[in-house]
Amino acid sequence: MSWWKSLSRSNIFWALVALAALLVFNLFFTPNFMRVTIREGHLYGNLIDILKNGAPIMLLAIGMTLVIATKGIDISVGSVVAISAGAVAVLIGGDLAGNPKYPILVAMAGALLVSVLAGMWNGMLVSRIGMQPIIATLVLFVAGRGVAMLFTNSLQLWLYAKPFAILGQGYVLGFPFDIYIVGFILLVTYLFTRRTAVGMFIEAVGINPTAARFSGINARNIIFWVYTFSGLCAGIAGLIVCSTVMNADGNNAGRLFELDAILAVVLGGTSMNGGKFYLLGSIIGALIIQTLTVTIYAFGVPADAAPVVKALVVWAFSLMQSPRFRLTIAQAFNRGRVAA
Amino acid sequence: MKRMAGFRNLPMFVTLGLFIVMFGTGSIAFPGFFSVQNFLNLFIDNSFLLILAVGMTFVIISGGIDLSVGSVLALSGMVTAKLLEQVHMSPLLVIPIVLAMGTALGLFMGYLIQTFELPPFIVTLAGLYLARGLCYIVNLFTIAVTNPYFVAAAHAQVFIIGTSFLSPGAIVAIVVVLVGFFVSRYTKFGRTVFAIGGSEQSAILMGLPVARTKIAIYGLSGFCAALAGLVFTLYTLSGYGLNGSGMELDTIATVVIGGTLLTGGVGNIFGTVLGVFVYGTIQTLIVFQGTLNSWWTRIAIGFLVFVFCLLQRLFESRKARAAVRGPLTQPAGAGASQG
Repeated sequence: MSWWKSLSRSNIFWALVALAALLVFNLFFTPNFMRVTIREGHLYGNLIDILKNGAPIMLLAIGMTLVIATKGIDISVGSVVAISAGAVAVLIGGDLAGNPKYPILVAMAGALLVSVLAGMWNGMLVSRIGMQPIIATLVLFVAGRGVAMLFTNSLQLWLYAKPFAILGQGYVLGFPFDIYIVGFILLVTYLFTRRTAVGMFIEAVGINPTAARFSGINARNIIFWVYTFSGLCAGIAGLIVCSTVMNADGNNAGRLFELDAILAVVLGGTSMNGGKFYLLGSIIGALIIQTLTVTIYAFGVPADAAPVVKALVVWAFSLMQSPRFRLTIAQAFNRGRVAA
Repeated sequence: MKRMAGFRNLPMFVTLGLFIVMFGTGSIAFPGFFSVQNFLNLFIDNSFLLILAVGMTFVIISGGIDLSVGSVLALSGMVTAKLLEQVHMSPLLVIPIVLAMGTALGLFMGYLIQTFELPPFIVTLAGLYLARGLCYIVNLFTIAVTNPYFVAAAHAQVFIIGTSFLSPGAIVAIVVVLVGFFVSRYTKFGRTVFAIGGSEQSAILMGLPVARTKIAIYGLSGFCAALAGLVFTLYTLSGYGLNGSGMELDTIATVVIGGTLLTGGVGNIFGTVLGVFVYGTIQTLIVFQGTLNSWWTRIAIGFLVFVFCLLQRLFESRKARAAVRGPLTQPAGAGASQG
């Protein structure tokens, strides 16, 4: 029983259970949900779609995990997605023949640079000026979409440069290309945080910044780079979003993404109070959100009404993670047992 | 003590100064800008934002946050339109139903936050999703409001000075502001809200009804959001699921510009009103200017939030330095303080 106890108490456990439950539910109630077919050498099916469409949120969730681990929050990521998409679209240009204005790689690097700068701005406000994270990133959340609109001159830019489409629409070895990007970023982040002391530093800062500083950790720099990294992740997500639809819409690109990303992190077991973080948990969290969305659609619920289910899941999930709630339930059980 | 109070209200006076400068600049630059009506328009065009912001001020003073208000506004508009137009209920019934619905949702979220110690950010985020989704369950498309009472109220003009008028929605907003100010300053509930924001632990030790008050705060915010939804329906004469999206953050921004500290414990309803005025004036200026696109509003608001937070940080660090003047001076750059 002790292994069960330790497993069921691990923070990633509930996320896995939820994901498994969702998949099992779909196995029984959604016809063809699990079917993956091969067409034109690509894998097709709901499961592949979940991976493919979940990629931007997964990327954001990776960056957000580290931010939340330092007891911070970055609500600007959705706007940074729009900024990155706008920047890359402007740099590639809407040439109908598909000739990019600047080489595509240069354009992508430019967009990522802008996103990193956005992240640095957040990091500076939080770590150097000492603003509250939610407010510091609120600045860019509010202004960011305006900046994106300035880039594209308030137009929706359509792109025709074919090679750029690979990012969001391409397939490699049967799998969507963007999944490899997520895998790569996840691997690098994992190695960098878990195979070096950086992960521990981040957790230390999240648990007690003052204590972390007294034990010789440069808390300010850790915080600064964590936000910068979140900006980079948002930038990459922005490239994928733009490439998927070959369009940059400063108004709607990345809309509500910040909320999904935060949700993914929390579902994955990382506490909003900072401290221990679970990168893999956040990825699972993003998958839960995406699976939930697909499930809801499969049941013919209008896309716009889907958030209702999302909300109920979030409430149920945060309750399960609340120590107070667990205690209440446990007490209710015990009382029942004594009475019996 | 008196100096301390002035110190705390300084951000509010800065906002007041900013508002006067902005309104003055507009009056000099654009003919027809300076008029009583243009000032009253700030109330008319931002009536729903004012109501939301009053509720939000209470939440933020208590150290919490409510992200659901924009969606609850949309939901109450949607339910109002549905009940009036498709169920053909009397407005006398619809209004209390909608207000009760918003309050109940707020109380429920407050209950989750208080009883199970869940983070307000997450609970109200889910509230945002829930209300937004429910809008589309009520109806997928816009419902136009043609109920004669609502239409009459929407077009009604209450003359204040000469031909300058206020709309009924604006009057509701003004009443909410006045009641909000009174409650925050002169009632047990209001003082408890400040105490919770200052230090929840101390508030509990002082024997204040912390649990009850915290739940009530979110109920109040839900009530304000529902009321704002009714006023918004009057303003647009329709219910639509996309209404008020992003308004929660606009509301938070105006509260911050008004000088309320996000760390809780410090805030002022009149400051919030000034924050809404500044927000509204920026929009009016951009409309009068004509060539700037409306996206500059977002950038300007973002910039103002930045400036005001900078200001708040400045005051805080000054206060901290004044407090620690002694042998135990904090080392330079005392770490990044996190909320």
